[in-house]
Amino acid sequence: MSTATLLLLGDSRFPTGAHAHSAGAEASHARGDLRTTEQLEAFIDGRLCTVAPTEAAFASAACAGVLPWDHLDVELAARTPSPRLRMLSRSLGRQLLRPAERAWPGPAYARLRAVHSDGPLQPIALGAVAGAAGLTPREAALCSLHHLVGAVTTAAVRLIGLDPFDVHAVAARLAPRLDDLADAAAAAATAAADGEPLPSTTSLLADILAEHHATWEVRLFAS
Amino acid sequence: MPPDHNPGQPHHPSDGHTHGHHDGLPDDTPWAFGVPGTRPLRIGIGGPVGSGKTALVAALCRRLASEVSTVVVTNDIFTTEDAEALRRMAVLADDRIAPVETGACPHTAIRDDISANLDAVEHLEARHAPVELTLLESGGDNLTAIFSRALVDRQIFVIDVAGGDKVPRKGGPGVTTADLLVINKTDLAPLVGADLSVMERDATARRGTLPMLFTSLVDPEGAAAVADWVRAQLHAWQHAS
Repeated sequence: MSTATLLLLGDSRFPTGAHAHSAGAEASHARGDLRTTEQLEAFIDGRLCTVAPTEAAFASAACAGVLPWDHLDVELAARTPSPRLRMLSRSLGRQLLRPAERAWPGPAYARLRAVHSDGPLQPIALGAVAGAAGLTPREAALCSLHHLVGAVTTAAVRLIGLDPFDVHAVAARLAPRLDDLADAAAAAATAAADGEPLPSTTSLLADILAEHHATWEVRLFAS
Repeated sequence: MPPDHNPGQPHHPSDGHTHGHHDGLPDDTPWAFGVPGTRPLRIGIGGPVGSGKTALVAALCRRLASEVSTVVVTNDIFTTEDAEALRRMAVLADDRIAPVETGACPHTAIRDDISANLDAVEHLEARHAPVELTLLESGGDNLTAIFSRALVDRQIFVIDVAGGDKVPRKGGPGVTTADLLVINKTDLAPLVGADLSVMERDATARRGTLPMLFTSLVDPEGAAAVADWVRAQLHAWQHAS
């Protein structure tokens, strides 16, 4: 493992196209559910109880190589009811492979692209890339969780004009929880090697709102 | 007072002719990223909101699409409006136009993080192979916007007279370094008190030998000179060795 590599892959400036995504923040903002820093913290809390542990565990499993990537991809697709979110996740997965292959070349990428004609789901791609970069399954999970928090907090600052210092204080408060969730994700990946099912916590509201969001005439973010 | 050349006619500052190179650019202008001839020529069209980027793309498609296999990627800030506008104008088949969403940061999507745009460009080029020309329209932004050299081979920066005749003097990488500067809406100059000769002088000071064109895209012939420039770039790209 390399701490500097972890920071690089975790950095929101790593060019994967994720800057165009709010991870549902824009849709919740429009509903009136996300207007204040307190609501932002509650929104992230909701994600950390639902989709985030699932995606982190799949990233961890993809990094560990405990199950074939196409198997993981099918399983995660089954946990993502919204066709829009599956489509977006595949586009983000595809877009991650491009800079990652340049940064950490290796034989993994051809196999990853073969997972699905539209590209692997983003957590599968992230986990596999983390592996190619020499990171651990726990670090892959940490990247997944960190990216989610980063997408939501950045979008909140841009959309609502929340105090950026307050917003980053929220992210800082969440750090120990992200560490714990990364531990759990890595443990789930290990257990999956022994036949245990991977987590399946999801958020139906997030899936429904993503479908609505896709139909808006005017929106700032792709998700 | 208008400059001493006709709007819409190619203008090469400093000595009034092209510098020994048939593509209208100085001899040492490198191709940005791709290997000439191995894939479609990619031209980026950037510039501030409302300067006429979509109108220019539409006009170029009208002039070129019948002779050159063309696809277009648009980058809207909020919507897919530019792509829809191009589709309504029916300048190209609908499936040759694709929108990319840029998440509040149009310049990020063409400069710092080009992943979504490259994805869209490569998808369109593969789907309609063989494509010869890919036009990539940036979302309306400010004067600091510029395309990554890994995304486009040539870039056009569009500003407009109604934005004020000080814009060329303010400079920025688009005005200063774009392969072609288009100063649009010359028809509005008298109405907004803009002095085209000031714009020409300031742009020349910023750009040296790089070409610029004055256009009025409400004129059906307004984009003729820009289309000629694009044809020259395409010829140079396809015949570079």
